[in-house]
Amino acid sequence: MAEIVLDGITKRYPDGTEAVKSMDLQIADGEFIILVGPSGCGKSTALRMIAGLEDITEGELRIDGEVVNDKAPKDRDIAMVFQNYALYPHMTVGENMGFALKLAGTDKAEIQRKVREAAKILDLEGQLDRKPANLSGGQRQRVAMGRAIVRSPKAFLMDEPLSNLDAKLRVQMRTEVSRIQSRLEVTTVYVTHDQTEAMTLGDRVAVMRLGELQQVDSPKELYDHPVNLFVAGFIGSPAMNFFSATVDGNTVHLPIGDVPLPDELRRGLESRGGASREVIAGLRPEDFEDASLVDRGRQDGGIEFAAKIDLVESMGSEIYAYFGHEGEAASSEQIAEAAEGAEGGQVVARLNPDSQVARGQEARLWLDSAKLHLFDPQSGENLTRAPSAAATA
Amino acid sequence: MTGRRILGWGVADGLVLILALVPVLWIISLSLKTPATISDGNVFPQEISFENYEGIFEQSVFTDALRNSIGIALIATLIAVVLASMAAYAIARLNFPGKAIMLGAALMIAMFPPISIVGPLFNMWRTFGLFDTWPGLIIPYLTFALPLAIYTLSAFFREIPWELEQAAQIDGATPFQAFRKVIVPLAAPGVFTTAILVFIFCWNDFVFAVSLTSTSAAQTVPAAISQFPGASQFTQPTGSIAAAAVVVTIPIIIMVLIFQRRIVAGLTAGAVKG
Repeated sequence: MAEIVLDGITKRYPDGTEAVKSMDLQIADGEFIILVGPSGCGKSTALRMIAGLEDITEGELRIDGEVVNDKAPKDRDIAMVFQNYALYPHMTVGENMGFALKLAGTDKAEIQRKVREAAKILDLEGQLDRKPANLSGGQRQRVAMGRAIVRSPKAFLMDEPLSNLDAKLRVQMRTEVSRIQSRLEVTTVYVTHDQTEAMTLGDRVAVMRLGELQQVDSPKELYDHPVNLFVAGFIGSPAMNFFSATVDGNTVHLPIGDVPLPDELRRGLESRGGASREVIAGLRPEDFEDASLVDRGRQDGGIEFAAKIDLVESMGSEIYAYFGHEGEAASSEQIAEAAEGAEGGQVVARLNPDSQVARGQEARLWLDSAKLHLFDPQSGENLTRAPSAAATA
Repeated sequence: MTGRRILGWGVADGLVLILALVPVLWIISLSLKTPATISDGNVFPQEISFENYEGIFEQSVFTDALRNSIGIALIATLIAVVLASMAAYAIARLNFPGKAIMLGAALMIAMFPPISIVGPLFNMWRTFGLFDTWPGLIIPYLTFALPLAIYTLSAFFREIPWELEQAAQIDGATPFQAFRKVIVPLAAPGVFTTAILVFIFCWNDFVFAVSLTSTSAAQTVPAAISQFPGASQFTQPTGSIAAAAVVVTIPIIIMVLIFQRRIVAGLTAGAVKG
């Protein structure tokens, strides 16, 4: 177990492209941190630099206070779970799991004891003498985890360990990973492009884009107070809806209607200079509701508007209603990168399952103006993020 | 319909088998005939005799040649496989300038017609004192066997997922341990396949063997067979040649039988998903 510190870590390839740009990250002892971002954002490269599989161009990497930039992977005492598991096909499950201990010169009885112990945790006791080729995908995945566990290393590094499993198994293994990590309390860095994994697994989530860290925060903080358009669009499913809007004094002009600007948001805007400006407004699907189903007491905190519903998806516990609007679609590079198809003026609202909205019909919807996010169209910065929240980032 | 299909395939398979096996059966049949009945026109010997086999093993021409063949082919194979493994591993794993040119040059050498270099080699070897020696054959064999070996082996190494080696490094292996304990066991089928191909190439060579040797010091079996003496100057040594041909085929068959179980494709199955 150990603290891992990335201090201005940069990866630059010989052709000059920078995969990771001056990354600063402090990972506390025993913490479960997720690196998340779209493909090509540098998250895997960052992980591989921690593992020692890639050279660090600039900056310092410290594990347990010790600079390990020039140490070989084998001297870093870390374990890694690969995306495709990388099990040794010529060894049995038991040999696979005990390989690291055998290399370290541990005596046989001890290796057996540790392998058995790990197999018990992972429910692999019956498979120890089988070869990886005879295992199912989920079992192989568990062997890969087991190989990491038996060593009791300083840290676990996981590179999209669940992405090769089918959907159902993935959910099951996700809880398994979470259970094992909290049981062993080993510092874990977990790379994924799946924002559900990021939200459910991590103590903290680090969102990356184009080799740069965007925001490192608890999953809830990321969701409620994203620093910019990219984080706002990337975290959450279905993604946040974005509108081109203008702020004029105390009113936000949205394409679907005028919304009074809540005080808290206005203070945020003013602290960043100018209360009247062009913005991109963001609103999460669950911040809409069927107007007829909103409590009387809450109604004042938002506005009602009419929308022609294009499509209704009923999920049983909730309904997703899609509708368009006349206004100009919000366009930003960051939105496009974060969530494909988030542009184009299509809005999705998550409604109470009792709602009677139907495809092709006009519906009265309500939106919660307190939940509005306003972003700068150029820089993408969140203009309404409370200064106190910003200070903790 | 299915009956006719089976019949059709049966006939086709039978034809191929007969075409492939007739020369072999013929040679075996010739080798078992007595010198007197060699040209009696019977496909099967009327009376089976091992006279020819006894005869060739009594001649030092053949036994010396057999020793030379085994020694030269084994040494050339060993050197070629060891050197080619290292070269192929580098080619599969590293990106170095001139990699494509190197591979291309190797392939070009392998395509070179051996007969065109025999003349110059003959003169050079006589000057260097390599004529009619083991190294005199091993060196030209290596020049043709190495490109072949490098090509086959680099294809095998490329098949081994790089992550396995990285996993081994993370598990605490030094690069050499990773190579020895993970890569080599996985590449074993490739190494055996390559070794057999190289061995067969060296074993079967006639052009170099007949031109660069002259005595039993280095003459290999194919060259020796061509110089078998008859019982008298008026008899053809047909029976002895047939027997010798059968004998030199046996090591190849044994090698393939021993190693065929190791040449199993798909040993790497299960390493990674898929």
